[in-house]
Amino acid sequence: MPAGDLLREADRVMTICNACRYCEGFCAVFPAMELRRTFAAEDLRYLANLCHNCRGCWYACQYAPPHEFAVNVPRALAELRRASWQEFARPKGFAGLLARNGRTVWAAGLIAAALFLFWAALSAAGGLSARQAGPGAFYRVIPYGGMVGAFSALALAALAALGAGLVSFLRATGTSPREFFALDNQRRGLRDVLRLTYLEGGGHGCNYPDERFRHGRRRLHHLVFYGFLAAFASTTVAAFYDHVLGVPAPYPWASLPVLLGLFGGLSMTAGLAGLLYLKARMDREPADEGGRGMELGFLWLLLAVNVTGLLLLFWRETAAMGTLLSLHLAAVAAFFALLPYSKFVHALYRWAALVKNAAEQRRAG
Amino acid sequence: MSREDLAVGHSCDVLVIGGGNAALCAAMTAREAGARVTLLESAPKAFRGGNSRHTRNLRFLHRKPTPYLQGSYLEEEFWDDLMLVTGGKTNEALARLVIRDSEDVGSWMEVHGAKFQPPLRGTLHLARTNAHFLGGGKALVNAYYATAERLGVEIRYGAEAVDLEIEDGRFRSALVREPEGERRIPAAACVCAAGGFQADLAWLKEIWGEAAERFVIRGSPYDTGRVLRSLLGRGAKAVGDPRQCHAVAVDGRAPRFDGGIVTRLDCIPFGIVVNREGKRFYDEGENFWPKRYAIWGRLVAGQPGQEAFCLIDAKALALFMPSVFPPLEGKTIGELAGRLGLPVRAVEETVEAYNRAVRPGTFDPASLDDCRTEGLAPPKSHWARPLDTPPFYGYPLRPGITFTYLGVAVDETARVLREDGGACENLFAAGEIMSGNILGQGYMAGFGMTIGTVFGRIAGREAARHARG
Repeated sequence: MPAGDLLREADRVMTICNACRYCEGFCAVFPAMELRRTFAAEDLRYLANLCHNCRGCWYACQYAPPHEFAVNVPRALAELRRASWQEFARPKGFAGLLARNGRTVWAAGLIAAALFLFWAALSAAGGLSARQAGPGAFYRVIPYGGMVGAFSALALAALAALGAGLVSFLRATGTSPREFFALDNQRRGLRDVLRLTYLEGGGHGCNYPDERFRHGRRRLHHLVFYGFLAAFASTTVAAFYDHVLGVPAPYPWASLPVLLGLFGGLSMTAGLAGLLYLKARMDREPADEGGRGMELGFLWLLLAVNVTGLLLLFWRETAAMGTLLSLHLAAVAAFFALLPYSKFVHALYRWAALVKNAAEQRRAG
Repeated sequence: MSREDLAVGHSCDVLVIGGGNAALCAAMTAREAGARVTLLESAPKAFRGGNSRHTRNLRFLHRKPTPYLQGSYLEEEFWDDLMLVTGGKTNEALARLVIRDSEDVGSWMEVHGAKFQPPLRGTLHLARTNAHFLGGGKALVNAYYATAERLGVEIRYGAEAVDLEIEDGRFRSALVREPEGERRIPAAACVCAAGGFQADLAWLKEIWGEAAERFVIRGSPYDTGRVLRSLLGRGAKAVGDPRQCHAVAVDGRAPRFDGGIVTRLDCIPFGIVVNREGKRFYDEGENFWPKRYAIWGRLVAGQPGQEAFCLIDAKALALFMPSVFPPLEGKTIGELAGRLGLPVRAVEETVEAYNRAVRPGTFDPASLDDCRTEGLAPPKSHWARPLDTPPFYGYPLRPGITFTYLGVAVDETARVLREDGGACENLFAAGEIMSGNILGQGYMAGFGMTIGTVFGRIAGREAARHARG
């Protein structure tokens, strides 16, 4: 559907909801809707990004199809949300990467794998299958300068694109930088991010994968989220060891980078496997069918990062190390390159929407 | 085909006819008491739940605050509230039974899957008396169906009971029409919880004539009153005024059936209402809207063509709940009248006369303020401000029927009473089909659900006791 149609449908649905309001106990979207009488494009983009797709309102809706009003809030907002991410994407020329995102993710993963295997085959001391051990072993497969250079460039580019995306989100939703950066709003917005308040469905969990109220999705997402933070911490500590203390990887099992990485990797792997399992079983009526490729692509890519990372950890002293390191670095590189052009952006815009929500609910009292 | 030729479905202990709140409460209770229960819902699964799917809350007696109810609400206050809305048209024994048995019914509901939400912005005026279902009535109905299924109640969708076989005041079987054909379902006891007749247009026309053709039915199109008609035709004693229904003014663009809550309009106290001739006909500011909204269905039904039009100006637009259909708009009153298809000059004269009659006052939507008209007939007693700020907005209005009052008389064990005296020993009724015993007229928010829950449980318990000996 063209973006204009998506906006019109979201407007139609929100107008019906605003005259009903039975769902106001489920999440933040309905109380935010109630602060408005009409819905401009900027309101709808904001509400779409505030929606967590918990689906409480879908099963509770007396106007859901086959009722002639055919109200499907989660789907209308999910479709608009995905379209809005293309609008927010910077540079604008890259927005197309979000259009058929499943393909983008698979292509990026495969290209990265080929590149890193080729690079490792060329540069590994003694060949890709040579057994490497001791400090600096990884750099004997992919050279230090190349590895640091490539990942620094990718990370900086991703950060810049995400920052520009955030700016365009704030503009496109009519959010002033002042309200966004206000400490009180950030505090409440971050609380809602860290807790996933709006997958709690008023305390009973969300209706996922089917009509029953369950906490499973929120808990699995926590495994992924906090696992991600642990892995990020592991990388940061390792970078400190390497570049500041001058102690290069691989690190012993009992070291901070390995313990954090192991916890993060296992946690994310479990969470991602669970989310994939639930997604395979979920009710597809309230879902954005066109976004399936994007969602699955992101879950599989992040799973690839973790599984290759864990395998590398377990088999780093074997002849498979060179191949596993190449594949792990390839997955991480693809993940970084696609941070602004994959489902990852939901984290950025959901956070921004929750902060805006904190601001306007505080104003409304 | 004669009745004897029909296939006989497997029998059950308790047959529950209906699929809304009262029916589900009866079915769950009877099943928990050990009976084999079959529930017949005439709607397909997507529209199950009758009018309960359009409800939002339930009123119950409580001595202490709960996470979703403030303060306390005790028997005498509850009773006084009921007397106020019914004007005394109630069966005191049954009414007090409902009030007493409703004590802490919220926890029973939660055990059976109901979820409540704390009072939020839009519901604060009911925060002490009424507990709100998280997600509304359909969410409650979904939870009850899930629980009933888990308990082992057999649920048949698209199964309409078209007649009851009653011999000497004893229920024998129900004639049931299903997609696969008709059959008789015998049972040791039967609970009728199939609602009123507000969706049967032919029946409505018997009472209101052709005017009924232009009524909007706010709730389920499946509430056709077949079971009620069958009971009355087979000797059950009637209760409630057969000519009365609960009717509010809804948006004239509402769907014929099932428009539910969103088609209501709360703008009337803040504007004026004219009929198709452009003339006012009732005091729009007589009292607070929650106390007056239920008379406007009847008022509009009394106008030519059963239609009316609410006119407001830009000052009033944000004072009431947003409407599901956008208002029609005009830069002048004349332009708006034209858009609404009204006689322009007549509407202009009505508005001019009204504007001249408005006395200065301090406008306050939260009180019975002193903004009123003088020397105007009919007057507008409160919230009268001149219509002078463009753009002007208009909403078409029609009568929207919520439910009918006619029902069957019951006793304190929910047994259906007979016209010739006595009670049917194995035939019970619960919900809207018998609420006329208690609500002789008027309505009180969330009380229909209270009656349905309390009498559903009584009927389920008594039916199971009867069936199991």
